[in-house]
Amino acid sequence: MTAHVTGEVVPARAQMATTLGFHIILACLGIALPSIVLLAEFIGLRRKDEVAMLLARRWSQAMGVLVAVGAVTGTVLSFEMGLLWPGLMRQYGAVLGLPFGIEGLFFFLEAIFTGIYLYGWRRLPGWAHFWSGMPIALSGILGAMSVMAVNSWMNQPGGFTTKNGQVTSVDPWQVVFNHAAIYEMPHMILAAYMVSGFCVAAVYAWGILKNRNDRYHRTGFALGFVPAAVLTPAQIFVGDTAARAVAQDQPVKFAAMEYVTRTSTNVPEWLGGVYLNGRIYGGLRIPDMDSLLVGFSPSTKVIGWDTVPGSQRPPVVWLIHLCFDAMVGLGFLLLLAGAWALWTWWRGRRFPKAKLFWLLGAVSGVAAIVAMECGWVVTEVGRQPWVVYKLMTTAQAATTNGAVIASLSVVIVLYAVLGAATIAILRLLARRWRRGDNADAVPYGPEPGTGP
Amino acid sequence: MIAADAVGGILLASVTLYAVLGGADFGGGLWDLLAGGAQRGRAPRRLIDDTITPVWEANHVWLVFDLVIFWTAFPHAFAAVMTTLALPLWLALLGIVLRGVGFAFRKEVHGLSAQRLFGALFAFSSLLVPFFMGTVVGAIATGRVPVQGATASMAAWTSGTCVLTGLLFTGACGYLAAVYLAGEATRIGDERMAAYFSGRAVAAGIGSGGLSLAALVSLHGSLLYSRLTGRALPLVIVAGLCGVAVLVLLLTGYRRALWTRAIAALGVAAVVWGWGVAQYPVLLPGTGVTLSNAGAPGQTLVAIVWLFVVVLVLIGPAFALLFALQGRRLLQAEEPAKTAAAAAASQASGPGRFAYLVVAVAVLRRLRR
Ligand code: HDD
Ligand code: HEM
Ligand code: HEM
Repeated sequence: MTAHVTGEVVPARAQMATTLGFHIILACLGIALPSIVLLAEFIGLRRKDEVAMLLARRWSQAMGVLVAVGAVTGTVLSFEMGLLWPGLMRQYGAVLGLPFGIEGLFFFLEAIFTGIYLYGWRRLPGWAHFWSGMPIALSGILGAMSVMAVNSWMNQPGGFTTKNGQVTSVDPWQVVFNHAAIYEMPHMILAAYMVSGFCVAAVYAWGILKNRNDRYHRTGFALGFVPAAVLTPAQIFVGDTAARAVAQDQPVKFAAMEYVTRTSTNVPEWLGGVYLNGRIYGGLRIPDMDSLLVGFSPSTKVIGWDTVPGSQRPPVVWLIHLCFDAMVGLGFLLLLAGAWALWTWWRGRRFPKAKLFWLLGAVSGVAAIVAMECGWVVTEVGRQPWVVYKLMTTAQAATTNGAVIASLSVVIVLYAVLGAATIAILRLLARRWRRGDNADAVPYGPEPGTGP
Repeated sequence: MIAADAVGGILLASVTLYAVLGGADFGGGLWDLLAGGAQRGRAPRRLIDDTITPVWEANHVWLVFDLVIFWTAFPHAFAAVMTTLALPLWLALLGIVLRGVGFAFRKEVHGLSAQRLFGALFAFSSLLVPFFMGTVVGAIATGRVPVQGATASMAAWTSGTCVLTGLLFTGACGYLAAVYLAGEATRIGDERMAAYFSGRAVAAGIGSGGLSLAALVSLHGSLLYSRLTGRALPLVIVAGLCGVAVLVLLLTGYRRALWTRAIAALGVAAVVWGWGVAQYPVLLPGTGVTLSNAGAPGQTLVAIVWLFVVVLVLIGPAFALLFALQGRRLLQAEEPAKTAAAAAASQASGPGRFAYLVVAVAVLRRLRR
């Protein structure tokens, strides 16, 4: 289908993928990090635990940086909806705009209470300060549900009628709670908690590997690791449900995920393997397994991509398949880490001593991020060539404004620098904490005497 | 259609809120840029930093909200604007990104050169945003956005009027910021900074007034001009009166009163509404796209009205709490000595705001049990 693509669909897709792939990491931290900080503050207040309190204060400082980057990259996305996809917005803006509007409500609450929480450490009384953080955690979850309503609507559009190509009526309730929202919303929110929890844990696991195995590091590790590890089985359960729903509702996407070339029964499951020109290179073939997973019986018929013409199949099938395998594989790896800790806890009320466990902990943050990004590639690339499933192609949605190559180039450079600067700033904070100075200073302006 | 008109009003109200809240944060960047070297500029930069830090993200959300209402309620106009005016929009967006991260990162880095780098980023990009937003508004108002435009246009937003509008937006942001900062400085008892910023407010006020007149003159002969001097004239007069009133108040040393700031904001709001009234009901002048035929069905418009009601009910008190806490200087760390003086200074004033705080703390206490 790329042959007769007009407009600038290829660079536009690349730009959307870059900016979304970046924003989503900040979004995960924006959704779930507040809860983890609040958990630490709760323990600090409740048990008069100085260490937990110190962690909460320091994490807030990091949150200040992350929230700013999340806000500006999110704004970029809002503009891009129009700057890159005017065709989509012209046709369906009145439909998919509604959940975005609801999201706006939660952005307000999140931003307002973030201002109060982050800068209120010094002078708001303990529990009042704690409660000022609750609306952030809550609106993070509700905001995520709203954006996910948009994305899942693109996968399973509904809740509107058209006449002569014009949207004539809209049912907001059906738009928000569309067929795919049921699993995409919880899957994403759990992913956000896993990403945030494992990222926090990874920082302290790294410290412990570096022989800083003190109560401070163990507490920091546990506050991130325990919630994330507890939620991992739930995430796998929801993901499994999602896969079965995709097999039902978006069969061609599912066929790409699982290399179902032809509709049949006794479909095998491929672990790994690269599909090129009609052949699968490498990979492990498990007979009948895919049929079993979809319908709990080898005789389950699974729809293959042969049911639609080539122009309606997603491109780069191998990418979709490998990303799906990576997401599932990493999900089980993280499950393993949790199970290991549970085992030693049950046996001796402690975390494992093995160095391997802490290595696993140190990579768990990156693993969760990679799993999450892979999931998004499955969802978004797997939906191609449609932007709105079976209603509008990505090419029809794309802009023709003539500036996308330029904006894409700027975005790539800008985001590379932005990512590096964000990491550098976070490391700077960590280094300052380690030196012990400025232990509880909240984000603050130019130092006296050193102002710019 | 009533719902379409209501949503038009909602969009204009949200744009106004972005202008008077978010605009002032960009204006802060202008004064940061002009504050001079590290030593000389320390006091104003510190005040700017303190005032913007806890609120800019919340103020910024109005922009996002404006965009969402625009594309949901008027998708055809939205797609047209985003296509034809892609270039200034990209540039404004670049400014938004750099301003946000420049500001956030500056306070986390230690060392003069790094702070300077991020500070300069913050300050320069604060100018880009109002300027390019101004050219976008100028291009829409002067009827340069076709409905079916397929490519980005350079000519649409580089006319004299558009450039004047861009400069006007930048000046108006600086004006609002200086008025707010002068009031803030007076409240914390910093007379030097109060005089510093009220001088700048007067200069920016006069500059913006001149730019508005120039923009108006450049429109002479157009439909917009006859509307601005016709049915929108009352609003234009209100804007002028507010500007003069603020100048008089500032020059007579009346920086403190909350209503100096309110009048300044009202003046800017009157300009925004003057534009809206002059254009009504057309969304894209020069085309047939109006509030009621821009592509959204009735249910969507009604849903937006409801959404806005909910936003006001939930956000109003939350913003009031945020501004009240910030006004009481409870949202930052400070040297103990300065804090005590500031607390004493603000204790004496604003019983209304103090009441907010009492209510807020009472609510929080109740929640705790
Ligand atoms: C920490 C991250 C993470 C982990 C461990 C998993 N997932 Fe996932 N997955 C996501 C993060 C994610 C995601 C990034 O959040 C996606 C993209 C869109 C969405 O709703 O969730 C996603 C999408 C997604 C989809 C596509 C939904 C669609 O296109 O409509 C399927 C079928 C699965 N997942 C299935 C699974 C299974 C069977 C897992 C078992 C281990 C699994 N996921 C673990
Ligand atoms: C609410 C959330 C989201 C919305 C509304 C959304 C919307 C879109 C749109 C409009 C496109 C362009 C059209 C298309 O290619 O189909 C797109 C493409 C894409 N998005 Fe998403 N997206 C969302 C979340 C994400 C996230 C979090 C990622 C993270 C990586 C992502 C990854 C991608 C990729 C990789 C593409 C390019 C697909 C391709 O061209 O093959 N998306 N998205
Ligand atoms: C096309 C898709 C998207 C658009 C247009 C978008 C838009 C935005 C905007 C405008 C902001 C800034 C709000 C502010 O000023 O504070 C933001 C932040 C945020 N977004 Fe996105 N977003 C998209 C995708 C997503 C996805 C897929 C998620 C997760 C499910 C998400 C979750 C968040 C969160 C939690 C924040 C708060 C930022 C933080 O605290 O770090 N967004 N987004």
